[in-house]
Amino acid sequence: MEIDTQWQALGTGEDATRTITKIAIFAVGGQGGGVLTDWIVNLAEANGYKAQSTSVAGVAQRTGATIYYVEMAPDNGKAPVFSLSPSQGDVDIVICAELMEAGRAVIRGFVTADKTTLIASSHRILAVSEKIVPGKGEQDSNTVLSRLGSASQKLVAFNMEDVAAENGSVISSSLFGALAGSGALPFPKNTYEETIRKGGKGVNASLASFNASFDHAQSAGAAGSPVAKRPEQPQPATKFSARGPARKLAAWQLLLSRIEALPEQTCDMALAGLRKTVEFQDLEYGEEYLNHLEIVLASDTENESWELTRTAAKYIANAMCYDDTIRVADIKTQKTRFQRVHREVGPAAGSQLELTEYLHPRMEEICGTLPTRLGRWIEARPAVFNWLDRRVNKGRRIRTRSIRGFLSLWLISSLKPWRRSFLRHHIETDHLQSWRDLALKTVHSDYQLAVEILKCRRLIKGYSDTHIRGHSKFDRVLSSLALLKGRTDASDWLRRLREAALLDEKGDALEGALKTVQTL
Amino acid sequence: MAERSFVKEVEKLRACEGEVFRGEGILAITKALLENGVGYVGGYQGSPISHLMDVLADAQDILGELGVHYEASASEAAAAAMLAASVHYPIRGAVTFKSTVGTNVASDALANLSSGGVTGGSLVIVGEDYGEGSSIMQERSHAFAMKSQIWLLDPRPNLPSIVKAVGDGFELSEASNTPVMLQVRIRSCHVHGEFTTKDNVRPSMTVADALENPRRDLNRIVLPPASFLHEQEKVTKRLPAALNYIQKHKLNELFGPQDRKVGIVLQGGMYNGVIRALQRLGLADINGETQIPLYVMNVTYPLVPAELMDFCRGKDAVLVVEEGYPDYLEQAIGAMLQKEGVNTKLEGKGPFPEAGEYTGQVMLDSIQTFLATHSDALPGKGRAPNTPGPLPDVEQLKEVVPMRPPGFCVGCPERPIFAATKLVEEELGPHHIASDIGCHLFSIMPPFGIGSTTMGYGLGPASASAFNTNETDRRSISFIGDGGFWHNGLTTSIGNAVFNQNDGVIVVVDNYYSAATGGQDILSSRANNKSKSTKHPITEAVKGVGVKWVRQIDRTYDVTQMQSVLKEALTTDVKGPKVIVASSECMLNRQRREKPIINQAVKEQKRVVKTRFGVDEDVCTGDHACMRLSGCPSLTVKELDDPLRDDPVAHIDQNCVGCGNCGEVADAAILCPSFYQADTIHNPSKSERFFRKIRDRIISALQNWRERRTLIIEEVS
Repeated sequence: MEIDTQWQALGTGEDATRTITKIAIFAVGGQGGGVLTDWIVNLAEANGYKAQSTSVAGVAQRTGATIYYVEMAPDNGKAPVFSLSPSQGDVDIVICAELMEAGRAVIRGFVTADKTTLIASSHRILAVSEKIVPGKGEQDSNTVLSRLGSASQKLVAFNMEDVAAENGSVISSSLFGALAGSGALPFPKNTYEETIRKGGKGVNASLASFNASFDHAQSAGAAGSPVAKRPEQPQPATKFSARGPARKLAAWQLLLSRIEALPEQTCDMALAGLRKTVEFQDLEYGEEYLNHLEIVLASDTENESWELTRTAAKYIANAMCYDDTIRVADIKTQKTRFQRVHREVGPAAGSQLELTEYLHPRMEEICGTLPTRLGRWIEARPAVFNWLDRRVNKGRRIRTRSIRGFLSLWLISSLKPWRRSFLRHHIETDHLQSWRDLALKTVHSDYQLAVEILKCRRLIKGYSDTHIRGHSKFDRVLSSLALLKGRTDASDWLRRLREAALLDEKGDALEGALKTVQTL
Repeated sequence: MAERSFVKEVEKLRACEGEVFRGEGILAITKALLENGVGYVGGYQGSPISHLMDVLADAQDILGELGVHYEASASEAAAAAMLAASVHYPIRGAVTFKSTVGTNVASDALANLSSGGVTGGSLVIVGEDYGEGSSIMQERSHAFAMKSQIWLLDPRPNLPSIVKAVGDGFELSEASNTPVMLQVRIRSCHVHGEFTTKDNVRPSMTVADALENPRRDLNRIVLPPASFLHEQEKVTKRLPAALNYIQKHKLNELFGPQDRKVGIVLQGGMYNGVIRALQRLGLADINGETQIPLYVMNVTYPLVPAELMDFCRGKDAVLVVEEGYPDYLEQAIGAMLQKEGVNTKLEGKGPFPEAGEYTGQVMLDSIQTFLATHSDALPGKGRAPNTPGPLPDVEQLKEVVPMRPPGFCVGCPERPIFAATKLVEEELGPHHIASDIGCHLFSIMPPFGIGSTTMGYGLGPASASAFNTNETDRRSISFIGDGGFWHNGLTTSIGNAVFNQNDGVIVVVDNYYSAATGGQDILSSRANNKSKSTKHPITEAVKGVGVKWVRQIDRTYDVTQMQSVLKEALTTDVKGPKVIVASSECMLNRQRREKPIINQAVKEQKRVVKTRFGVDEDVCTGDHACMRLSGCPSLTVKELDDPLRDDPVAHIDQNCVGCGNCGEVADAAILCPSFYQADTIHNPSKSERFFRKIRDRIISALQNWRERRTLIIEEVS
């Protein structure tokens, strides 16, 4: 083919869009990305730029990932031709209103190390898929955070949601502040503020949030490291102080001294467990708890850093503090709980707070709160049980700040002194005993396996059907012990089974894992 | 009341000659309609032209002043049929809907309209829901233009071009007696820009004039033998007239020097994308001054062979930039080149991918490939095949970043309907569930995972109609929204089920609005709408077409009731369709409506109750069963600072609107006693304050009495 030689006139192949600033905004629907977009366009125009914005507004309100796109260039008297959507590798500023959306922007190739200033709020809005996991479903923020820096030319990341909330505003204002603070646009700060003022809605809160975020972005930029909320680290030892009747205080001190006698590695957990058991029932119950621990300790060894005892300290406490009607009624009527709810709801001065509990007791729960023999007697007679269940089993709305509502729960919680004689307590105690013994039986042949057996207690949680499902998972996981015993990797397998059981509600992943174990 | 109010913006529609208009694409289109003396407008909402309908609705006063009739049509078919007013009368009319789904619905009317032809300019503004952010199947409107002979405009995506296309469309329509489709793509609808306005023009003939002087012309009615004449007339008269007009008025545009050896033929809507690729390659400047010849087809149907051949002649190769599949333009141009014996290499799909959106990267790669293959237009480094720069290591990110599909809003009244359905299925086993179009389609997504098919708007129950047999007791369940119900569901789905004695269960999800498209009013809306007739109960309509078993649920948040009614519907002995109308107001709209009123009332010292929900974290065991029945954005998880806890507990954030779903679900599914409802009573009455004091005193006394006897262990920091 004959090649035309006129092409010399076509320039050097340099990108002609270098004078265009391209900004993409990644938000979660409902976060107000539209407001931020409008601000940026108005800001550009106020600074003598031509600007264009586009969006796909279809799902903007409906919680999905949403992108807005702005292009701007200094006004040269002629209309520039702007693009209507961002191109990979060709975005100057990416603003993300949530951490995972920043990760998504990187994955999609809109954030590149050669040109992109990335402004990302490090807070999380959990996706549904993260919330519905029976165990821990939240994805690791650090994996994303640690990659944003190298993926971008400049990173400004901190919790902009908190900055906005602290100033009574919403995230669009703190994002705008971070944009200003990043210095990625050549516009003076006062033009940003003027833009917010002209917007006319919630101006003062927006400005406060804008300024706080501006400062944050500047200091974060100087330090060169993202300021991000890290996941909770193990806390230093919590100290407790106790008050109450002298006799009880003395008994508490006695229990504390028994904790001090425990190996140091187990003390924190044992103290937390002791507090929980004492609060659940009484000081004698705390004593029982420590008895359990000391029995476990007798089979433990320093060589393993007392891991068995430490694990037991955690899960035996949880097992002893089962969720029965008395516990729920007790928690719901405590003064501290009233105070906490008040703090969370934060009613304005002069207003009143009413509380309604959504309860749905079944006959099973009632039987559990009856003397053991009576409870068993009813449970053994389906006709009686069902007849009673029809009267009991229904949703109840209890107004805890009315006299009647409060009293009904308060009276149930007053059954505490008799709890030990109730059916539920017998069931739970038996279960605890056999589970503990199973671990102790195993510890001499396979220390780690015994630890893992104790950890399986995590599977038992929830109420009614959820509780039954938890129990069934617990049983199914432990059912593999017969197959695993004697294997050097038995503890590893038990851990895997337990983790599988926490992946989904029905236990499909667990079923699969169990099949694998059967083929070992 | 629509999701977005344009009351302030529509004032811009009054702009006169020579003013600069600034705003969104859809608003510009409305202004252009007025400038061109439109006589009537109508349409059916749907992304991306929902806001066009909202603009028109909010502009009713201005429309009225000009004698323009406005109608929110019952469906796209109704909208298209409305254009019949331009068949015999020289009145300009415009309707709008989304494409291709709206065009599908309207196709019967569109085919009849284009067969008989029009006297007054007829414009069908289709919002092209294609590419990123689209919620529908990916098809092209082009096929409709070809099959019915409707001219298709695809203007360059900037406000002046779009505004010009409106005027061109009317005149082209009148010059060729053919309806014209104006295609605006998803981002053009929402693009912010500016253009210089002209005065609004009163229609030369209003619909009132036409009503007073009725006309009919037998030759324009689609009936044999006229319909056979129409077929001929389309080819022998209207098409040449259109080609003549398009050429004469230069509707298609040429850019750049025309004497190059390569060139690009593109749909108008692709212009900015093509220019951006050329800009990045250094072949066009920031203002779009291009070094590569462009033939921009602002009219993509019909093609103008003379113009195309002129453009191609003398060029070694021409690239067709045509988004979507099939490649109608490329095929047509190829056939032309072959017939004319023009020896220009035609490229299109090849450098470009066969299907899918032409994103920035696709444009850049494909145009670069074309230029590198057929010219030496690319100086220096640009000649090398385009290799993207080193991408950051994203593999690990991909594992961590969760999907975030759209879902139900905070407090959505549809959530409890699907929670109840899930619970019923747990009890009675899985069922075949047919879904429909609308917000309720989010039930397909986690956590609900409900629904197997979606066949089209208002077709949910119809799409379950095959599952009607007496060989089993198990019934199908189908969902339909109130929007879909009035769109065509009453006849196509409900009437069909009655007539065919379908035994299935039909749930009408009634949220008082056409909510998914932005909260427009419909027949059963409960709002007072000054220009529309609302408050027509769905139950009455359903009974009217012969359904015997009808249940109305007035508060969908009552999961227990929802559950029991659904169970009854699935098990009752009554024959024929079982229709449950589940009604609660769209929370997005409700908040928008109520929030200002409530805040005002609080300010005025009136008694107001505000509700939100909370979780007792000590009671919650961290199983998250509640979330598997909710998915509410404000119901999330929280890590506790407690060494004894492994799993995060449920937590309700500040966005909670107090709909009650979590409490109701916890009750109905017997999950747990963690949830509480907190009602804040602002400005309580005197007696309330009095009784509160008494109650607090007694409760405190009881609490203190117990505290004195208990060992209290507190954390010290």
